[in-house]
Amino acid sequence: MAQESGQQHPLSIYFFIWGLLFVFSFFSYMVDYMDFQGGMRWTLILLFMFLKAGFIVAIFMHLAWERLALKIVILGPPIALMVLIFLMTYEADYTFMTRIEFSGAGAAAPAHH
Amino acid sequence: MSEAVLTDTGNEVVADFSADKQTFQVPWGKAMMWFFLLSDTFIFGCFLTSYMTVRMSARDAWPVPSEVFALSFGGEPIPLILIAIMTFILISSSGTMAMAVNMGYRGERNKAFWLMLATAGFGAMFVSMQAFEWTKLIVDDGVRLWSNPMGASQFGSTFFMITGFHGLHVSVGVIYLIVVARRVRSGFYDRTRGNYEMVEIAGLYWHFVDLVWVFIFAFFYLW
Repeated sequence: MAQESGQQHPLSIYFFIWGLLFVFSFFSYMVDYMDFQGGMRWTLILLFMFLKAGFIVAIFMHLAWERLALKIVILGPPIALMVLIFLMTYEADYTFMTRIEFSGAGAAAPAHH
Repeated sequence: MSEAVLTDTGNEVVADFSADKQTFQVPWGKAMMWFFLLSDTFIFGCFLTSYMTVRMSARDAWPVPSEVFALSFGGEPIPLILIAIMTFILISSSGTMAMAVNMGYRGERNKAFWLMLATAGFGAMFVSMQAFEWTKLIVDDGVRLWSNPMGASQFGSTFFMITGFHGLHVSVGVIYLIVVARRVRSGFYDRTRGNYEMVEIAGLYWHFVDLVWVFIFAFFYLW
């Protein structure tokens, strides 16, 4: 494959993704508006978030059409962030427990989950 | 998935990285923009992770975003309505940007220029609405970096840091888009051998700003 001069795709695909993003945004707003709570809420929020993020990166930013070498370099390193998030959940839990132990429960029921 | 396909893709990656030549088969500006965006991903990733840590470990109840960011137009407050409008504005701007990139590569300078200007306009609208949101929060609701009347005191610092940093990105993006749009109109990129990848690179930055908002919207406003 020779060096690509640029990303040229039919306009219809952009209109389609544009529409999808509107629909997904509307759905994720509805999650709040309809007042879903608990596991259902978090699942739906994450689902629509990843769908939107995926379509933006793949189609609007053209990553789907780039070579695998670039895809790996862009999508690989954020895995480190997953590790950080995983570690910090433990850190946060520990801090929370320590605060409860030494200072008692907060002013209202903790919004902890 | 056939084995042959997998092997071909694997070979392609190995060849790209190991050969004694340029690794990424894209214009250098595009590769560099991707690397910048990757580093920005880490900055926003760290902000959002700190927010998670702070919210999980807060003793006092976290203010309910759905109520904090509700607006009423004379009647019942509508939850998150301004944020929803801001989300749709930013998505619209991403759409016009994608079109602008396409028109740039087709050599339709005028269309590309106006689409980029529309994108910048949407961006300016977004920042204005954010300014309105901040004003309401600071002046009417008394939210400060160190305290707020609604609950956990960490709410203000995380909110202002995360949305402020994102708003800064949008503002810089608006300026960036206007600069590139003017060059598109003046034919600058025709003189530099039809270098319309500059429009695509500006587009990458703009889509990233939209992308970050997707995560902020999910984690800060909806969660």
